Amino acid sequence: MTFVIRRLLMLVPVAIGVTIIVFFLIHLIPGDPARTILGIHATPRAIAILHRQWGLNRPLVSQYWLFMDRLVHGNLGQSLYYGVPAAGLILGRLPATLWLICYAGLIAVLISVPLAMIAASRKDGIRDHVVRAVPLLGLGMPPFWLGILLIYALAINVHLFPVSGYGTGFGGHLHYMFLPALTVAIALAPVVIRSLRASMLNVLGAEYVTTARSKGIPAHRLFLRHVLRNAVIPAVTVLGINIGFLIGGTVVIENVFAIPGIGQLMINSIFERDFPVVQGVTLVFGVLVVMVNLLADLSYAALDPRVRFDR
Amino acid sequence: MSAIPLGGQAEPDLAAIPAEHAQPRQARRWYRQPALMSGLILFGIILFLAAGAPLLTSYNPIAQNLSQTLLGPSAHHLLGTDQLGRDVFSRLLYGLRTDLRIACIAVLFPFCIGTVLGSIAGYYGGWVDTIIMRLVDIVVAFPFYVLIIALVFVLGPGQRSIYIAITLVGWVSYARIVRGEILVAKRQDYVLAAQSGGLAAIRIIGRHLLPNVITQAIIYAMSDIVQDMLAIVTLGYFGLGVPPPTPDLGSMINDGQNFLTTHWQLTTFPGLVVVVVGLALSLIGDGLADLIRPGQA
Repeated sequence: MTFVIRRLLMLVPVAIGVTIIVFFLIHLIPGDPARTILGIHATPRAIAILHRQWGLNRPLVSQYWLFMDRLVHGNLGQSLYYGVPAAGLILGRLPATLWLICYAGLIAVLISVPLAMIAASRKDGIRDHVVRAVPLLGLGMPPFWLGILLIYALAINVHLFPVSGYGTGFGGHLHYMFLPALTVAIALAPVVIRSLRASMLNVLGAEYVTTARSKGIPAHRLFLRHVLRNAVIPAVTVLGINIGFLIGGTVVIENVFAIPGIGQLMINSIFERDFPVVQGVTLVFGVLVVMVNLLADLSYAALDPRVRFDR
Repeated sequence: MSAIPLGGQAEPDLAAIPAEHAQPRQARRWYRQPALMSGLILFGIILFLAAGAPLLTSYNPIAQNLSQTLLGPSAHHLLGTDQLGRDVFSRLLYGLRTDLRIACIAVLFPFCIGTVLGSIAGYYGGWVDTIIMRLVDIVVAFPFYVLIIALVFVLGPGQRSIYIAITLVGWVSYARIVRGEILVAKRQDYVLAAQSGGLAAIRIIGRHLLPNVITQAIIYAMSDIVQDMLAIVTLGYFGLGVPPPTPDLGSMINDGQNFLTTHWQLTTFPGLVVVVVGLALSLIGDGLADLIRPGQA
């Protein structure tokens, strides 16, 4: 229990830091942010209104205070393009992104675990070398490019999957989101395969595996009962560590496949110079990563009773 | 700093660093490492293609020829032409040149800043360490692409913004790596000896610790160049990167996407170039890691 509380307390400085970075985003705009955002044709009156609305004429600390005060009331500002609260806009787009993240994470595990097992089962064998070559090719692959190629191969040439969209209902989502989720998963898999293979090799060297082997337990049972179980914990951590990559990948992929999530909202808002929405999406992405990391840490502790923080 | 291989000339440097630590046994010599060797050769070819672009193609990568748009591959145009009649092969070479140059330069700033902050955090510990590592936690809380895209957006398009964005986001990995290595290395006898000898901290870090821990950061820099290149290409794909008409692999992929059904090569080849660069640098990184810690890769 103390572990949970201490882990939650550690969140506080990070959460504050995340809001400070998001707050400072508008102050990185060269020149007068209001003028830059509204464009060269903006009237002085419009600029003055935005100045007052965002408190740009106040000292920095009091601006941040204002920002935080609005934030805790769930107010991320007004969208300049849609003219509605940014928070509602983002919330409405969130489900599609969460769907994609979970779907992609699941496919990544389904790809990585068997491949890592194949590689680890005979270290330095041919299968191992083949599996180890995959990350080398995968690391430099632009995810959006892979997505386009998959569209070409599986949606245009062979009409297996839709080219773009989100679909309706659970089955529709499963069908429509398969290609995007697969793309993100393939981009993520190299990292996961690498760490999983290493952790499986570690487990294979443990004494209890030698004992199990000498007792004559068949290889497949050994892997399922002894190795996989103990290699799952590092897999959770690896996924947790790379969650930022997984979530960041969705921004790019949502735009390739026209999925109405917050990644697409972010890029569209960038083109509309809709600053409050970009700021809000950045904040939501930061919060998402922090939350998932927390979950990964907590489940890590729950899965492995030996793990206790800083004892 | 010179140890970062930006050109073929740096190759002997690269090998010299680990060779000092690893016993120079026959099997561990750098030129006997298949991964490192093939990576270096591949990267050498890539550098040659990028640097020699003006010699290898007679076409101007930004010259339009609207009477010859979307031609297929031929003897005149090795990979055909794009929707504005520009030669795809020369755009590919020049795009590689642009993106690789930006990626290699962009990696230097986070490397330096991260290494300095990481060694300070690791060596001194205490509140300095706490502050620096909290900063790391905060930057890591944002997905890489999200923060890069947001930063480039607020800073305005262009190379300068790309450098600033990558520096602000990228230093954390180096800080983590170097701090971790220094935490281990500073308990070694040679550091204790230097401390009891009364050497200044800055000298101990610079002359004694860093040469021993920097290799890990250099290995990471190899994959970091790949990551930066991916970021640059992604920004280009969204129209936030290098402004047109400068050829850039990302914007080439974006342009080609409109003609995917009829001219798949317009999209496919720019991406393949990125994959090959990634392969070369990953091989170099893996090979280096193998040289330093044999059998652990």
